[in-house]
Amino acid sequence: MASAVAGQTANGDKRDLLILGGGLVGMTLALAAARQGISSHVVDRADPADLTAEGFDGRASAISTASWNLFANIGLAPQLEPHGCPIESIAVTDGMRPGRIDFRPEPHEGSLGRMFANRILRLTLFEAAKDEPLISWHSRAEIVERERGPFGVSVRLADGTQLSASLMVAAEGRNSPTRKETGLTIAKWDYSHQAIIAGLVHEKPHGNVAWEIFYPAGPFALLPLLDGPAGQHRSALVWTVADKDAAGVLALSDRAFLTEVEKRMHGVFGSVSVEGPRSAFPLGFHHTARITAERLALIGDAAHGIHPIAGQGLNLGLRDVGALVEAIADGMRLGLDLGDPQVLKRYENWRGLDSFMVALATDGLTRLFGIPGRLPSAIRRLGMGIVQRTPPLKRWFMDEARGVTGDLPELLKG
Amino acid sequence: MPDATVTSVTIRPEEAAHFGKLASDWWDPKGRSAMLHRLNPVRLEFIRHAIDAHWAQDIRTMKPLAGKRALDVGCGAGLLCEPLARLGAEVTGVDAAPANIEAAALHAQGMGLDIAYRAGELGTMDAGRFDLVTAMEVIEHVADKGAFVHELALRLAPDGLMVLSTPNRTAASRLLLVGAAEAIGAVPHGTHDWDDFVTPEELRQLLSAAGLTMGAPRGIGFSPVHGLRLTGDLSLNYIVTVKRD
Repeated sequence: MASAVAGQTANGDKRDLLILGGGLVGMTLALAAARQGISSHVVDRADPADLTAEGFDGRASAISTASWNLFANIGLAPQLEPHGCPIESIAVTDGMRPGRIDFRPEPHEGSLGRMFANRILRLTLFEAAKDEPLISWHSRAEIVERERGPFGVSVRLADGTQLSASLMVAAEGRNSPTRKETGLTIAKWDYSHQAIIAGLVHEKPHGNVAWEIFYPAGPFALLPLLDGPAGQHRSALVWTVADKDAAGVLALSDRAFLTEVEKRMHGVFGSVSVEGPRSAFPLGFHHTARITAERLALIGDAAHGIHPIAGQGLNLGLRDVGALVEAIADGMRLGLDLGDPQVLKRYENWRGLDSFMVALATDGLTRLFGIPGRLPSAIRRLGMGIVQRTPPLKRWFMDEARGVTGDLPELLKG
Repeated sequence: MPDATVTSVTIRPEEAAHFGKLASDWWDPKGRSAMLHRLNPVRLEFIRHAIDAHWAQDIRTMKPLAGKRALDVGCGAGLLCEPLARLGAEVTGVDAAPANIEAAALHAQGMGLDIAYRAGELGTMDAGRFDLVTAMEVIEHVADKGAFVHELALRLAPDGLMVLSTPNRTAASRLLLVGAAEAIGAVPHGTHDWDDFVTPEELRQLLSAAGLTMGAPRGIGFSPVHGLRLTGDLSLNYIVTVKRD
């Protein structure tokens, strides 16, 4: 399949895709494409050993049902299954005041998603990619030059290697240098907030409940994780704080940090201790109206980044993967070149509106809960009470969380 | 919506010259052939379906034409030849305008595709027979349509498949394809001569006289919501499969 679109170049083989960025989204794309017989170069600056080291990234991701289907469809379910903690319900409250929405699906509707440590996702993807001959993986590689032209794309690496393909895919995350170089403009605003990430060990079992507790300063989320090896009950904490406070929170002593956390948990899980290091990630919203250019597609955070409160960032990126692979594979079945503008247009039309809607909805939620004061709080609680008592509204929110609304790519269907 | 320059002994020199002038921007998806680029996936969807049905193949395979010979008559700069080559066929493209053939060969080389391009009259070439013969938007530019269809029939292998597309001769096509489309620049001026358009029934008779059977035509229509697509409405443009009797 590697030679489906073109012959050999002077320096190495020309492949179908040149994927810049081998993170969760980029590597999932390479694997999903390979399952369709589409070959790729994957270029990443980092050393995979660092990325999968214990303690490199304490983040965890809520994998929606749709995203889970994608992993299953590319054959990763057996490896991932034992590491996922199903979310059986989501409890949303306004600072633990009365009035709370419980999103709990009926038993036959399945779970709202599963929590995975990012490290596990990365390990599984890297392991699968190593065994896949259609993926040519270039790690610890610095790109010094990108080129896109009428017949193909290429990059030159710092060591002189030239890699070429039919279509370039930028999966480099929110600061995508490829997007900047192309001049695709983004709409963005900064929340002036950071997410503090930490692992918690707690006395009472979480009962597979994810908590989203909204405070005016920002949401405080507890996401259920599998019990530890010694039976410890664990959750991942995502606590949003203002930029100016972030450094201070990171610098708190373990004991002082724990006190702040416990104050916001109101004892829902009994006594708590902090596990592992704390880290902070800046929050922002950005969206590009155009996610394609000549022989270029943006996916994942390179195309759109959203506030992580609803755990939708990675899920959106995985939807990009499903849509792009389907557009490419359908085009190839018609004999179209991978970089054909009609193929890219289909991807752009498909993903543009969907990701913008999710980004807006998530952003709206953050802003709604970010207004301090008693009256807004009362309105929010009233709103939550209405949603709680209105089954169609609740179902819509749950379907959004599961990621099963909208026009789903085949790869994300069960 | 021209692809092509005529390849019959009855070729009109002014037609070849018109398309030859367009050769340089054939491959610019935003250039004057933009409509063709948008039309291509629609045609290919029909052709792919016809290939799968004719040779009873797996609809998921990426190489349904592996081991088969394909001929595209009036190939222009190769907008159809290249997809056929990617689908696995050994492709020959013929066009009367040397400028088109030059543009086609240059582009195929850039794409790393091996396609045999030949400028001139189909009738004067000893190209043998083909499993798949296509002529998209060609017959309406040919003066002696009977002779042209006969040429096509000679090139078709006994169990081969032919696919033709052409505008219908209706009030709608006169208004939209010739009048409005040229007026707004959707297709270049001088592309269509409405009186030369062929209705599906006329095409059926032309093919029948050459020992060929026409399948059920599908319309190529336009809607503001879905863009160009295959429809049951034949009034603008239609595409058909053809086999030997």
